Amino acid sequence: MATLKVGLVSPEREIWSGEAKMVVAQTVEGSLGILPGHAPVLGVLLDGSVVKIEPADGGEPITAMVGSGFFSVAADEVSVLAEQAELSDEVDVSEARRELEEALGGDDATAERRARARLRAAGIEA
Amino acid sequence: MPAQLRQLRQQIKTVKSTAKITRAQEMIATSRIVKAQQAVAASKPYADQITQALSALVSHHVGVDHPLLHEQPTDNRSAVLIVTSDRGFCGAYNANVIREAEALIRSLREAGREPVPYVVGNKGITWYRFRGREVAETWHGFSDRPTFASAERIGQRLTEDFLKTDAEGGVGEIHVVYTEFVSMLTQSVQVRRLMPLEITEGETGKVAPAYEFEPSAQAALDLLLPNYVESRIYHMLLQSAASFQASVRRAMKSATDNANELLGVYTRQMNQARQAAITQEISEIVGGADALAESGGE
Repeated sequence: MATLKVGLVSPEREIWSGEAKMVVAQTVEGSLGILPGHAPVLGVLLDGSVVKIEPADGGEPITAMVGSGFFSVAADEVSVLAEQAELSDEVDVSEARRELEEALGGDDATAERRARARLRAAGIEA
Repeated sequence: MPAQLRQLRQQIKTVKSTAKITRAQEMIATSRIVKAQQAVAASKPYADQITQALSALVSHHVGVDHPLLHEQPTDNRSAVLIVTSDRGFCGAYNANVIREAEALIRSLREAGREPVPYVVGNKGITWYRFRGREVAETWHGFSDRPTFASAERIGQRLTEDFLKTDAEGGVGEIHVVYTEFVSMLTQSVQVRRLMPLEITEGETGKVAPAYEFEPSAQAALDLLLPNYVESRIYHMLLQSAASFQASVRRAMKSATDNANELLGVYTRQMNQARQAAITQEISEIVGGADALAESGGE
């Protein structure tokens, strides 16, 4: 079966790369699932959303919180580029909770979305 | 001659401790070069991807447009972003950057434009402040280990100013003077024009796929361009940081070498002084004994 070559990168480092069966990303207009053979797409990520990657070896799906950025799909290669990105196991849950509370106090919608996305990436509904 | 001897011993001690310090600095810089190079390598995938996406966007969609791509013939001010370091002990690193920057400023002035410096790094800031020259903006505190957030701050300010007109304190073009890390031994000062952006087409023969855009090509461009600018600035900061560490290493290595050479000279001088003192003492004793023997012999 064809697989996708996925790279999740932030400006400072490559966060995850490898083969995957499916990638789900959120654009400003809604979720977009990418399977092998997808047409070339360049999409804008929703700032403060979760990207889900299902590895080709059938392992646990990888979730990551992403901030402002975009993704491109071409010839079964998916690159997700985000200015802020954190894998689920890198998320500091208590820190994210605190940020969410702070964001709820203010009226910064992006900060709130980012904090929620971090919690969601870590597997906690908030 | 015991006074001279003591003086030389003191000097040797001083030089030895200086050599120890510079040697340590050299080793620290060596390990930091490796880290800085790793940071450069780690930033490459993002930079490559964003360039590729952008050139695909620009080459396929002639209709999309963005103010950052435009020449601004009415604006006469030119920004010059000068990337220096926060610390010294790095040989001619900052002097080279500032010399190139000044040459650029002079040539801009000759071309009838009004150059406006933007300075990164304490060394450049103090250079301009000492001369009482006006600078539009300064940044410092991250020259050793630049983060993307710092590049973002610089990028946002520059983009803002680029979009303003002369009257509002804006600029019509942006140049950057930074140091490119070529190898451990060579670093060269580079002068680049950052804006208006010139998107170079990807390598020939490799046709970019016909992308669909989500939600639209214009929205993608609006997001990509500022990110691209920031990623370029980030790249330049990283290159400068690596060059800085290489310069520190070289400066500290030659300082250590000089100290060791000096140590050799002083040690020989000291040995000579000591030997001279001993010889003199012996000749005094012998002379004294002879004189005694002569007077006692009678």
